[in-house]
Parts: sequence; structure tokens; C-alpha cells
Amino acid sequence: MNMHSKTDLRELSYAEAIREAMDIAMARDERVILMGEDIGVYGGAFGVTGDLVEKYGTDRVMDTPISELGGAGVAVGAAMTGLRPIFEFQFSDFATLGMEQIVNQAAKIRYMLGGAVSVPVVMRFPSGSGTGAAAQHSQSLEAWTAHVPGLKVVQPSTPEDAKGLLLAALEDPDPVMIYEHKILYKMKGHVPDGYYTTPIGKAAVVREGKDLTIVATSIMVHKALDAAETMAAEGIDAEVIDLRTIRPMDRDTVLASVRKTGRLICIYEAVKTLGVGAEVSAMVAESDAFDYLDAPIIRLGGAECPIPYNPELEKAVVPQVPDILEAARNLAKGRV
Amino acid sequence: MRDTVMPNNIPYAISRYSAEELKDALKKMYLIRKFEEGAEDSYMRGLIHGTMHLSIGQEASAVGSCMSLTDDDKITSTHRGHGHCVAKGADLSRMFAEFFGKESGYCKGRGGSMHIADPSKGNLGANGIVGGGLPIAVGAALSAKRLGTGAVTICFFGDGANNEGAFHEALNMAKVWNLPVVFVCENNKYGMSTSTERSTAVKNISDRAVAYAMPGVTVDGNDFSAVTEAVDAAVERARKGEGPSLVENVTYRWRGHSKSDRNRYRTKEEIADWQSRDPIVAMAKLLVDHKISTEDEVAEIEADATRIIEEAIAFATEGDNPKIEEVTRDVYTKGAAA
Repeated sequence: MNMHSKTDLRELSYAEAIREAMDIAMARDERVILMGEDIGVYGGAFGVTGDLVEKYGTDRVMDTPISELGGAGVAVGAAMTGLRPIFEFQFSDFATLGMEQIVNQAAKIRYMLGGAVSVPVVMRFPSGSGTGAAAQHSQSLEAWTAHVPGLKVVQPSTPEDAKGLLLAALEDPDPVMIYEHKILYKMKGHVPDGYYTTPIGKAAVVREGKDLTIVATSIMVHKALDAAETMAAEGIDAEVIDLRTIRPMDRDTVLASVRKTGRLICIYEAVKTLGVGAEVSAMVAESDAFDYLDAPIIRLGGAECPIPYNPELEKAVVPQVPDILEAARNLAKGRV
Repeated sequence: MRDTVMPNNIPYAISRYSAEELKDALKKMYLIRKFEEGAEDSYMRGLIHGTMHLSIGQEASAVGSCMSLTDDDKITSTHRGHGHCVAKGADLSRMFAEFFGKESGYCKGRGGSMHIADPSKGNLGANGIVGGGLPIAVGAALSAKRLGTGAVTICFFGDGANNEGAFHEALNMAKVWNLPVVFVCENNKYGMSTSTERSTAVKNISDRAVAYAMPGVTVDGNDFSAVTEAVDAAVERARKGEGPSLVENVTYRWRGHSKSDRNRYRTKEEIADWQSRDPIVAMAKLLVDHKISTEDEVAEIEADATRIIEEAIAFATEGDNPKIEEVTRDVYTKGAAA
């Protein structure tokens, strides 16, 4: 996964990696500005922007009023006219208030105007459960924006990709939505120094294996890797793919793996139905990789339920390592 | 309503603009009227599909508001945006080609009536979502301030949009950040069928300016000079760094909201009353009264507009349809994704 010098062992948290990406981008390009609620002296609700306001001032690290629709729209208008805004929704749930500007405006303006303009806006969505914040502060709604042509949608799972995908998003002329998992903000990992980009639209094979393929997004990549280690001890050799981008989806990497292993589990935290898992499954079912399947596809996703408050309930509604193990064992039966 | 007669009895627009500029303004008003009539006629003859929102009766607001803008200045427009597009300098042939859905249209046939715009003239787009352009205009003004371009943005919106949340959020942010934007409300009395009296808690939409600590004024939107006086002052404030303003142009759409409108919410008498206050007739009279144009010249300007529209319709009719295999082009900037 790390394409950079192995001698550089510097570690940063996922939040620090995002902040470093923003810092590098702002230092390189005067047009880059940050906008969002409480991202200035407060440093962001999750501390992602940190002290950037001290370095770049309030003109470039702009606290917005609590106005998600207006704020998102200002970012869209600014992106159309020469700035490169990075707009932070404080919680991804609050983006529901800004959907008009994301879906009707950012995604479509280029097309509606016959390609005469681009909308190079980057939006960040702190997502996911596990913080005890209950139903309106814990959702994983990435499939909403991934359903809209004109947008690109990424879900970094590591500090390295969080930095690389943000820098790639800023190079992209079109609107890029970045879904960051809140539980990952404190996760540490190797992050290369300086400027680099992680390609949008490319999945990563994060563990090679031959018995079954696990396609995972965001925090589920880590759960899948945990489960894969346990499986290995039981003689099941799982390949784990970090999808990284869900629009456009990396079809080649997923299909190649399924052709090799003949078994597929797709894991994501969002509500199971009508989400990433449905798309990955259909992608396989509609291709020649279907002929390589030795067993039905399994999807592991969130329960058909809002995220509850009680910690045991909260854990119960999203896939956990034992769920992955159980699915993998069932799938591997007959082969192992 | 503001009294637009200057102390020496010279209307503002006459003292502010040259004869050429005023004649050009009259020509643009005729072009809007005839574009809309041509559009309506094309629809009646089955030459186009879809719907349209005509701005017949609102020409003074569109043209008057844009008088002091340059091509570097921006506008955001609305679903009733043909007039703003003409006022901001668009080519009528490419407008009609877009209306006909042709590849030679401004949006290459992808946008149609509700999205016709020439971004090279500073038009950031018409918008099918009521209130959709309000925050975008604030963003354009933010860019102008941050990049130091000196550009001003005019945000056109209707009375309907003044009850959208986007209105509140946009005006508040524009003032908080003191941005060079002028909010021009074209109050044509009805949001589709619902009158401002039934939808809006304040008497004048400009009354809402006080909530955002910005100047607000209501003018006769069918009086070209009144519109230019109010909007020019607001543009001047914006350009000098004095922040946003709200101008309400009270006007009237002679036609229904769209093609499905049966006008059941207003009377024939009301429509006739507003038609007797035709902004183009008033503008022509203004120019003749102040010896800017003779009546013959006015007739020539009108004939010139008629000719341009005829040529535009011919250009649009002859244009090629977009290629079906290129339908996903321009969804993304670099090739197709997903």
C-alpha cells in the first residue's frame, strides 16, 4: 500500500495527516481556503483543522455560520470563480441540510452548462458510528452522494491515504466528496513527508490471499484485516481490498480478485441495503467474474435501523470482526 | 417607491448613461421580449419540448440591473433567466440554439431553457432550483474579494426564493463577510400561483434587509431608470468594499408561471393593468422624451431586434442535434468516470 520510501517511518494520526495535507495545499496554492463550522480557533469539532488558522488567518480558515446549505453553496460558487475551497461539514449527517447544493448544483453545473465551467470543490464529511452520539451524528451516508453522476466520492481508511486522497481531490477539477470515519481520526500510521497524491478511482489490495476476497470500505478495512489474521490461523487465506473510492469504483481490481478467489464478502458500515455492497455485488454478477464464483456473495452492512445510543446496541448494528469471521468460515466451507 | 426624478428633472438613467448605452439597453429589452415571444411561438408550433418560464413584462429589471456591470462582473440567474442572459451580453443565436436543444447552443443542448447562460460573459448560470443561485452568488463574491478582482456579483432571484432558507443563509453570510454582492429580487408578485401577500410575512421583500444590516430598497421594476438608479448605487457600494445590498424590483410576468399555467389565481383585469405599464413602451418614451432617440429610431431598434431573433431562430433550426454517443461528455472534466 505504501508506494513511498520504506525508510521514512514517520507516523501521524489520520486527523494529523488530513491537516498536513491541507497545510501543504495552502502553502502551495493561495487559492486554497478552508470553510466550515468551528474550524478556526476551535480547531474543528474533531480537531482536524487544529491550529491552521494561526498560520493562515481567518481569511483562509473561515468559520462559517451554522448554515450548511449556504456554506456549501458559497463553496460551490467560490470554486466556480477561481478559489479551491475545502468545505468541512461538522458531521456528515449535517450534509443532509446541504444536499441541494451538492446534488443539484455542484454535481450538475458543469454538465448543465455544456462543459463551459468546472466546480473544483472539495467537501469533507466526518462519518460513522462508535462515538455514542446516536442517530443524528453517526450515519454513513456516502451512498447518497455516490449515486450522483458529476461527483467523485472517496473513503480513505489510513492516514497515508487520507492525506494522499485529499491532495488528489484538490488537483481534481470536479467536486470530490471525502468521507472520513470519526473513529479513525486518532489512528496512527505511516505518512510520507511532503506532497504526494493517492489516485482517485483506484482500490488497494491491502492483503493478498487466495481463498476469498473481502472488499471493504473505511473503518471496515481494519476489521477485515483483523479477521483475516484470525482466518489465516484457521487456514483461510483472505484477500482484502480497500475500495478507497466508491465513485468511480475500481472494477478491475475487484473483478481480478474475485476471478482468483471465487468467493466474495463485501463489508461496509452503512445500512446494508442499496449501498456499496449492492453495487460491488452487481458489478461481479454482471461480469465474467460471476462464472468464477464458487459460492453466493455475502454482504455485511449496517442494520436496517438508526444508530442507537447504548454502546452495546451501537456495536450491534454495524459489522464486527466476529461477524466477518462467521461469514468467512461459512463461505470457505467445502474448500478448507 | 423611490422617486427617480433628479432635482433638475432629468431621470437618473438619462444623466448617467450615454445615448448609445441607452439605445443599446432598449435594444436588449426588445431582444428579450422577442426572444420570449419567439420561444412561445416555437413551443406552440411544436418545435421544442419541455417547458419554459417567460419573462415578458420584466425586461426593465433584467437590463436595468446589469447596466453598470462589465464582463468581469458576475450574475447568478433563475429559472426565469432568458432576460438576464440577454442583459449580460449573450449571443441570441446560441441562446435559441440551446432552447432548441442543439449542439451549437450555449449548453450544447444539455441544459435547455432553464440553464441557458454564457459563462464567458460572467453569467454563472440560470438555475432550476428556487434559491439555488443565492449561496453561489455569495461564493462568487467571496472569490472576488479574496482574489482582489474588483468584480461585483448580482444575484437575481424571485419573490418565491425569499422564503427559502438559502435566502437567509446567503444574505447573512454576505453581510458577515462584507462581500461585493447585490441581491436583486425580481418580485413579480407570484411564486407560481401563490401571491407574496399569501406567502411572505413582510410587505416589501426589501424590508428583510434590516435583518441582515444591509441597505434595502424597493423600486418600480418596470421603470428602467428607477432600476438602474437603485442597482447602480448598490453595485457602487459593493465595488467600494461597502458590502452587500438588497434591491427589490417590483414587476409582473405577463405570461403564466410556465406552460401548464391556467392563470386561475389572478384576474384578467390585473394582467391588463400591468400590461398597460409595459416597461418597453415606458423605456421608448423615456428615450424619445429626452431626445435620445426619435420615434423612427425606436422603430429601427425594434426592427433590428426582430431581425436578430429571426436569424437566431434560423441558426437554431439549422443546428445539429447533439450526438447520442456523447451524452455523458462533460459530466466530468477529464473523460467519463463511473
